[in-house]
Order: sequence, then structure tokens, then C-alpha cells
Amino acid sequence: MPTTFRIWRGDATKGEFKDYTAEAGEGMVVLDAVHQIQATQAPDLACRWNCKAGKCGSCSAEINGMPKLMCMTRLDDLPPGETVIVEPMQAFPLVKDLVTDVSWNYEVKKRIKPFRPRKPDNADGTWKMAQEDADRVQEFRKCIECFLCQDVCHVLRDHHKHPEFIGPRFLVHVAQLEMNPLDTEDRIPELKEKQGIGYCNITKCCTKVCPEHITITDNAIIPLKERVVDQYYDPVMKLIQLVFKPRKKDELAETKPS
Amino acid sequence: MPVEYQTHEHDVIVIGAGGAGLRAAIEASASGASVGLVCKSLLGKAHTVMAEGGIAAALANVDNRDNWKVHFADTMRGGQYVNNWRMAELHAREAPDRVRELEKWGAVFDRTPDGKILQRNFGGHKYPRLAHVGDRTGLELIRTLQDHGVHQGINVYMERTVIRLLKDGDRIAGALAYDRERGRWTVFRAKAIVLATGGIGKAYKITSNSWEYTGDGHTLAYDAGAELIDMEFVQFHPTGMVWPPSVRGILVTEGVRGEGGVLRNSKGDRFMFGDIPENYKPQTAKDQEEGFRYVLGDKEANRPPELLTRDHVARCIVREVREGRGSPHGGVFLELQTFAEWFGKKNPKFNAAEHWKKKLPSMYHQFKELGGLDITKEAMEVGPTTHYMMGGVRVDSDSQMSRIPGLFACGECAAGINGANRLGGNSLSDLLVLGKRAGEFAAEYAKKQNASGAIHADQVDGAAKTALEPFDRATSESPFKVQEDLQEMMQDLVGIVRKEDEMVRALAGLKELRARAAKIQVTGNREYNPGWHTAMDLHNLLTVSEAVALAAIQRKESRGAQFRDDYPKKDNAKFGKVNSIIAKGANGEMQIKLEQLAPMPQELKDAIMAEGGGVLPDELK
Repeated sequence: MPTTFRIWRGDATKGEFKDYTAEAGEGMVVLDAVHQIQATQAPDLACRWNCKAGKCGSCSAEINGMPKLMCMTRLDDLPPGETVIVEPMQAFPLVKDLVTDVSWNYEVKKRIKPFRPRKPDNADGTWKMAQEDADRVQEFRKCIECFLCQDVCHVLRDHHKHPEFIGPRFLVHVAQLEMNPLDTEDRIPELKEKQGIGYCNITKCCTKVCPEHITITDNAIIPLKERVVDQYYDPVMKLIQLVFKPRKKDELAETKPS
Repeated sequence: MPVEYQTHEHDVIVIGAGGAGLRAAIEASASGASVGLVCKSLLGKAHTVMAEGGIAAALANVDNRDNWKVHFADTMRGGQYVNNWRMAELHAREAPDRVRELEKWGAVFDRTPDGKILQRNFGGHKYPRLAHVGDRTGLELIRTLQDHGVHQGINVYMERTVIRLLKDGDRIAGALAYDRERGRWTVFRAKAIVLATGGIGKAYKITSNSWEYTGDGHTLAYDAGAELIDMEFVQFHPTGMVWPPSVRGILVTEGVRGEGGVLRNSKGDRFMFGDIPENYKPQTAKDQEEGFRYVLGDKEANRPPELLTRDHVARCIVREVREGRGSPHGGVFLELQTFAEWFGKKNPKFNAAEHWKKKLPSMYHQFKELGGLDITKEAMEVGPTTHYMMGGVRVDSDSQMSRIPGLFACGECAAGINGANRLGGNSLSDLLVLGKRAGEFAAEYAKKQNASGAIHADQVDGAAKTALEPFDRATSESPFKVQEDLQEMMQDLVGIVRKEDEMVRALAGLKELRARAAKIQVTGNREYNPGWHTAMDLHNLLTVSEAVALAAIQRKESRGAQFRDDYPKKDNAKFGKVNSIIAKGANGEMQIKLEQLAPMPQELKDAIMAEGGGVLPDELK
């Protein structure tokens, strides 16, 4: 069935939507249509893609206004007979056509303190970890860094708080580090002071668009917010901290039997 | 007028940022070298993310009978004994440490009940050996290396494609790249270069590989004067998706079979039981009951025939389809229901749907979302897909250096460890073990050099101008069309089942395609222009395709991934002890020769004998 695709063409300085027609076959996804258009009508149509199976997170775009992976959006799930609108992510500067400059995300990650494990539990340098503990962290580590959650987040998309807010992707990243049972680092002060966790007002848009179905808001962001509250605002904790001088996580790690 | 370019200089430049490239970069950087990591895509998107099943390492967490010698013997048997035994030895010995190191860097593997790294069964591995994270192990690996690497001060250059290696006399001096965003030229100047560019899967129509895998490292090295080895051995993974058409070729992990999945033809027969190679008989289950007990970890049981090596399973599937017993869309059925039913009878509480979603989450998603099929309830349709290149740059087994001083290679674009067929799970361990070695020795090599080699302007100019020619042509050949025709031809004529006359035709066809490639016209400008990028990759695809065809013609026997319809048997007398070596001749033509394998030390022979019932395979006699 011939289907019309209205695709954004242009760069940071100027651009417009252009209509293309592609033949929609069984099981086809939006990325297939973009490739068909590339091969037959617009060889310089820019788009990123790699795995074509929802595992690498390269082909992020907005399809009919929704942030989605082009490789996982089937044409038969879209309204039949209607024009399909494909445009680049809006939260990042445009490079060309469907390609945006996502380098900011890579800079953000560099600023987050890396994993710092406690001393190994065993002589061969390994640790013991229960599957239940692994489960919690593994949910976050499913992230394919498609940055669709960053794209949909109004703090970044509409309010452009990129310098002050790391966005849902990196709150998930901090969560997997903080909840890793082997980790000894403390990232809570930065979360509050530099990474802007307070900006998130839990509208859960990020959770809705996550192609990996990570429960970003409930499982990652809210528990982190709670940790910030515990450390900074909880009166009972404050009292305890006054009476017992808090020990650094490092010291705790040292006292564990190795 | 000479072309303009910017220069970045490092001690070591690593080209390719999948698992091998990242591991090499981390090692080189850790030893104090200044490292530049050049990647064709964004960081963290390389094909390593597609690896699903796991990392093979004899940790012996699940079965304490496992050790490096068994892993070594399994790898050699899988490779039909034309592997580089020294690499296979290093790989088997060092893989456990490389896996443990990942945990230190933040990887979170699935666990055993006593809290250790869990290991699963896989084709050709005698014991459960694959450390894994559900069926997304590759993502875990690449993210762990990426996150560790960026905090180590590696300089990452994203979306840059290297089109030429630059030499100063015999030694390596740098690499010329364009950036996708603007199409500008960059010269990466270095004392040592590590190639880690992955495979050649885009030379075929049905493939699990993405647009990136066009044999770049193979061709860069070949053009620079290095040798390629084992190029006839292209691995066709037995289980790729076959339906719907748009997802044809996408990988279905061997983990499905490792967890109890069985293959059936249209008659419902479990055909793998009917074709078990002699040398695998002692290790293969006699019936369904035994195979399933193996899946559950029964140490007395042998593995089900679905877990025979990939080359063999792929060929059995092709046979079923050719003989009219295929599934509706030209594959066979892979189903989880038989195991679930069998296990359900023993365990009334067993919840099959939950079990499979937990064990194979990304497969569940992939089929649900792309195929509209619930794998916990319905059978999948699967068929072979081009997956992995055993052949590649010939390198020293210990240092990973090619015959060009300062040029190293590791991961899929290097060769030797896998021989005629790679075992599943050995790729992730290979890229860790030999990636680390490449990084280590490249940094060491760089340290010994007083200065980088000189960059010769004529090399830069020549390569850049050739790359820009398609913009100035008035012809109308489309790069996408030439690529598509190449893929169809390689699929048809140099695919899973090969014949001399077809491959000779392929060589002639490649000449024609090369002539067409020289007439490609590219429209638009240099900014993020996929037509232009595809045109530039064609030189690489044509080069590796020729190498595959040439080597496949030369090896007049069937061994591992190479199956010759006209020579359906192994010929140990002629080909059991040789590798094919390809290099560029003095006139620029591709030349091939056969070279004897180095004799194997007795200790390693003993390890193989111990696993082979005291018998030494003919290849090693």
C-alpha cells in the first residue's frame, strides 16, 4: 500500500517538511520506509540507525509527534491511510534531517562519578550478589541510550535546563550506580546541587516513551528523590547525624570482612 | 589544490569502538598512552550490543569440571582444528580474568543461587560456560567498557569513518577519516594503530549486521599491505528471523536453544536428532529426555542436538528447507513449548510465560513487537543469517600486530582464534582477551617509538580526492543499487552452500560491480550524506567479497562454515593443516596462497586428546 511520509528536511539554519511516498509491506517499520526513500528518492536523507532491532538506540525520532525508535514502530500500528510525520528529536540541536546533536548526553555522563566497588568478597577478586539485588539494577542497565526520555522531558525540551538538569536518562544511570550493592560512592549531594533532581516533577512522560519499558520515574527517580530528602531534610535523620557523626561510606567499606 | 584537513595526534589510535576497540583503548590508556578512539557511529552503538547469549569463560561457577583446557579443546573442535592454537590457548586461559574484571568495572551479571556469576549452556561448549545478563549480554559489556573508558581519559571521536591508513615507509603513521556531520577530513596521527572494525556482514543480503559492517578494517589493512587469513569462513548463524520481510536476518539468540528451545520442520520432526556428526556423538543427548535434563544442569546428561555447532545447525536447516520441509516463509520452527510442557509435568507450579520472559526478555520483545508473535505460546520461524566473519587480518598470536610495524588488529576484523567456525560466546571473550592484548602491545610499541611517522601529503590528497569524485560525475549509477546487487550476488553465489562454477561467476560479477562502482554519482553535499557514505564503503565490500570468493574457491573441501556442494567432505590430507593467506600483489591484484599451520605443542594436544576420548583428530596427527 503506498503511504505518504512527511519527513523533516533541513539543517540548523533552515528546513521544511517534504512528502515522500513509500510502499508499505507486511511488518514494515518506519525505518524501512526511510531506507526505501533514501535508496530510491532522497539518497542524502540523513538518519542514524544501527541494529534495527531496538537494541542500540540510534534511530530515535518523533513519529506523529511521539518520541519513538523508528526501527520498532510498525506501520500497521499507525492510523491506516494517514500521512506519517517523521521529524527529529526536539530537545537537541539539529544536525541534518532526522539527525540531532546528542553530544551533550555524553558530556553529562562524564560528570557522573563512576562505579566504585567495595573490596572483593572473595580471594579471586569476585563478589557475592543475590539475584534479587541484581534484578533491581539490571532493570536500569537495560537502557539503550536512545535519549527519547531526554527528548520528551519538558525540563529539557521546553525549559532548556540542560546546564542544570541531567535528565531522566542520567537519573537512571545514577540510580543503577547508587543501587548497585557493591558500590561505595556517594552521589546524593551532586544529585541535589548540580544535577537538578528537584526539577523533575514526576509527570512520568519519560516512563511512557521508554522503548525498554524501564519504570524510570517510579523505580529510579522517586527513590533517588527520597535519598536526597533523607540526607538533607529528614528531621529524624538530622538528629541522628548530630548525635552520631556520619561515617563515610568508604570507611564502612573498609570495615567489611573481605 | 591540496585538500584541507585537521590533525589529531595520539600515541595509539583505535579504529572501532565495539567491545574489542573499547577494551584495547582502555588497556592502552591504562598503561599511560594517549589514546584516540575513532568510531563510525555514536559511542556505545556498535554491533557488540547485538550479542545476546553471553561471554564464554571457564569460570566453573556452574559446573566445577570446567577449566581452560576444556574450553580450549571445545574451541579447537568447533574450529575444525585450523584455528591458531596459540590464540585459542590464550583466549581460554585469560577469559575468566577478563570477565571478572568487567564486574569490577560495574557489569551486573545474572547470579547463581550462591551469588556467583551465572553461566549458561551454548552450542559446542561442553559445560555451561557463558556468563550472561538475560539475553542482552552485549549491551552490558559495551556499556560497562564505555562507562569505564570515558572516565579514563580516552579521547573519543564519534561518527568518523577511516578510509585509508597512512604509512611512512613500512611503518604505520596515521589514518585519514571523514566526519559524517560535515564531511570534513581528519588525519589521526599515531605511533600505533589498532583496527577493531568488526565484520563484513553487509556483503550479504540476509544478515544480522548493520550498515557499519562493510569490512573496513579488513580492507584498510589489506590496502596497506597486511595479510588476510581464513577469508573463506563466513559464519551463517542458524537462527535469524525470517518473517516479516523487513526483519529478515535479525538475530535470534542461540540462548533460546540453550534454554530448551527445539527445532522442528513442517512435519513436526525434531530433525536435529537425525544428523549428529560422528565427532560430536559422544557429547550429544540420545533422546529428548536427556537433552532437557542437560538444559536443567544435570551433569550426567549430554547436550541436545540443537546445541551442535552453528555451521552444522545452519546446514541442517538449509537442507530441511531445500527438501520441502520448511516453514511457510522459508525457515524452520523454533519452539519453547515442548520444553515447557515437559518441565511443567514435573513442576506443576511452573509458569512458562514468566519463565521465558525472564530468561529471554529481549527475544520476547523482538518477536512481540516486530513479528507480532508471543514466543511463550507460539513457534518462531527461523533461518540462517550472515552473522560473523572468522577470517580477517593476520596478526601475531600474542601481540595482535600485523606484518605492518605498528598496525594491530583485534576482535572480528582480526583472525586466527576461530578457525573454520566460531563457537557462540567466544566472540565476546575473544574481544576482551585479544582486545586487551592489542591495546597493551600497541601501547608498548608506541612507547618504543621516538616520534610518530611522517604524514605524506600525497597519500592524504590522493585518498580524499578519490573519495570526492562521485560528486563530480555526470553518470547516474546509484550507490544503494550497486550495494544491493553485490549483496544479492554474494548471497546467491558465495553463500552457505558453495560451488566452484558459481564462485567463479561471482568473481567475474565482482569485476563488473567494481566498474559500476567507479561510475557512481552522489547528489547533495558532504554533510551527513548516506548516499556518499554508502559509495565509499563499497570499495571495502568489494574487496572483502573478492577475498571470500577467492579463498572459498581455493579450499576444495567442506570444513566448518565452508560447505562445498562439489566437495562435500573434509579433506584432511590436503586442507586439514593449512590456512589460506591473501595479500595484495605487486600489480595491485589479489593473491592467495596456502600456508601450513604451526605444529601444536604436546600439552595442547593432550588437552584435545583428553576431551576426545584419548584420540587425536586426523588434522593434528
